[in-house]
Amino acid sequence: MSADHPASAGGRPVGALDVGLDGAFNETLGHDLEFPPVRGKHRRREWVQLPLDALHYRITQVGLAMFLFIVAIAVVGPYIAPYSPFEFVTKPYAKPSAVAWLGGDNLGRDVLSRVLCGGRSVLILSAIATAIGMVLGVSLGLVAGYARTAISEVIMRGLDVMLAFPQIVFVLLLVSVLGPQLWLLVLGVGVTLAPPIARVVYGVTMEVKERDFVMAAESLGVSHFKIAFTEILPNIVSPLMVEFGLNLTFAIGTIASLSFLGFGMQPPAADWGLMINENRVGLVIQPYSVFVPVVLIAILAVGVNLVTDGVAHAMIGIDRDTGSS
Amino acid sequence: MPPLLKIILRRLALGLLTMLVISVLVFAATQALPGDTATAILGKEATPERVKVLREQLGLDRPLLVQYVDWAGGILRGDAGDSLVGTGEPVNQLLGRRVMNTVALMLMAALIAIPPALVLGSLSGRFRDGLFDGAVSVGSLTFAALPTFVIGILLMLLFATQILHILPAVSRVEPTASVWSQMDLLWLPALTLALASAPFTVRMLRGSMIEVLESDYVQMARLKGAPERIVLQRHSLPNAIIPVIQVIALDLAWMAGGVVTVEYLFNYPGIGASLVNAVSNRDVPVVQAIVLLIATVYVVFNLTADILTILISPRLRTGLQ
Repeated sequence: MSADHPASAGGRPVGALDVGLDGAFNETLGHDLEFPPVRGKHRRREWVQLPLDALHYRITQVGLAMFLFIVAIAVVGPYIAPYSPFEFVTKPYAKPSAVAWLGGDNLGRDVLSRVLCGGRSVLILSAIATAIGMVLGVSLGLVAGYARTAISEVIMRGLDVMLAFPQIVFVLLLVSVLGPQLWLLVLGVGVTLAPPIARVVYGVTMEVKERDFVMAAESLGVSHFKIAFTEILPNIVSPLMVEFGLNLTFAIGTIASLSFLGFGMQPPAADWGLMINENRVGLVIQPYSVFVPVVLIAILAVGVNLVTDGVAHAMIGIDRDTGSS
Repeated sequence: MPPLLKIILRRLALGLLTMLVISVLVFAATQALPGDTATAILGKEATPERVKVLREQLGLDRPLLVQYVDWAGGILRGDAGDSLVGTGEPVNQLLGRRVMNTVALMLMAALIAIPPALVLGSLSGRFRDGLFDGAVSVGSLTFAALPTFVIGILLMLLFATQILHILPAVSRVEPTASVWSQMDLLWLPALTLALASAPFTVRMLRGSMIEVLESDYVQMARLKGAPERIVLQRHSLPNAIIPVIQVIALDLAWMAGGVVTVEYLFNYPGIGASLVNAVSNRDVPVVQAIVLLIATVYVVFNLTADILTILISPRLRTGLQ
């Protein structure tokens, strides 16, 4: 049963799959015959095809360009920065000049260099938080949706309780005890992302579990755990992609907000959220030290959200094509 | 017992249970983690003896259950304990006026946000996939993605510092006067909250409008030859209004969390700014009280929305009788 799992199919070129569907592919790889080819097609195509389809929409293209622009700054930025982000090169809140193109920050460090070096943290931290939230949310949602016991009820009610805490408030509650530690922030944000994800997964799982192939696996005596993760999970890939995008947007917002509140990256680190916090007193004298990081965070969050919207549009399109929804 | 009453009572009971679990969670989060209030106050360099004395003073050496009952009982009697910072002022006294300021801010934001959002949402649902709908969609996607403080800073740059100078950048509400008498200080924070929360309202109402207009009963009314005005007034509106209640409740619930960054940014003296300060000072009783308050607001708004929805939904009401 493992060969048609997306992970093991990943090494095969996508084009080869179409050959397989004509029958020729199955002859060369006889052992693949035991898997219903249509299902295999649907699974492999979904998580490759969906992003490709999404790229046909203008909104995805614009969003992707915005996202890649920020990724490029985060990756290349530190290498092209004119100064070290910790070096004092000018006067505090100095106006832009030939020395410092975007002026100086509250301590006289080069704003441009700090901007170029300050993008990595928000990208990495929010990506990890989103991953934690997805793993937690998907697991809980799958179990609650597929289990036919009281466990479902307990999990879903528990998630309702978690939903009563606004994300940032819950993380602040944790920070008040342990202090501003990065692992705590990332874990806290991840945990708060999980309940809404679990709800979505719960909903689609309830739908998928009534389908024939799940019934078939059950009658073959496949364990429930295995059915949940190898039969149901690959069939809810599309909504999961949309969820990932949505939650990445939320995570970026929350992580940046926590940095802005002073509970994220700690000085003297170069981080966009922290830069805004440090320099906002000088907003009137030297707006660039605040305005540039604000705009970059905005581009990142909006870009991710636009791509997500494109993927959501494409998902509706795919469902219409196959008539599965 | 009439079935309607039964459903409402069950919903109320569930709300109470949720509150109980939340209070345990708030309490446990500050106890179970490997940080101790006494060490937090005294700092890491404190001698074990001093920590021990303070633990006894604060009652931290008692069993957890006793501590919880003591704390929760205090909250129920309206006593949230004393602040650990400064003069050890009672938390209630510390937060009393600030709660009112935050309520004022949320109400103002809701007043600014909800009417235009309802109009935009229902119009883009009515003229779905048109040019107008597209523009509203891109706008709400953008504002939904922006972190609240980013919207706040952009508004600050626009209205208070760089471009126009019509509003103050930082709210310094006179502690003695009411917020309502100092309206100009309320505008920017309220506008920020409004812009951050409106996209959800717009999208929700758009969806509900589309759903209602495509529903069987609206189709039926049209097929019967009812004039469009009657279709909209008699058949669509009563059903489209239901989510509005949900939307308002969700908006206010969302704002309860959104006030944290907004108040901090504009230096607005509400509970959100207090929370940030209390977290920096690790003032656990204040943090507990504010977090519990915000969670309560959330639960109460959701509960109210659910009950109102049950009461006014034509389908739910008639289905029960």
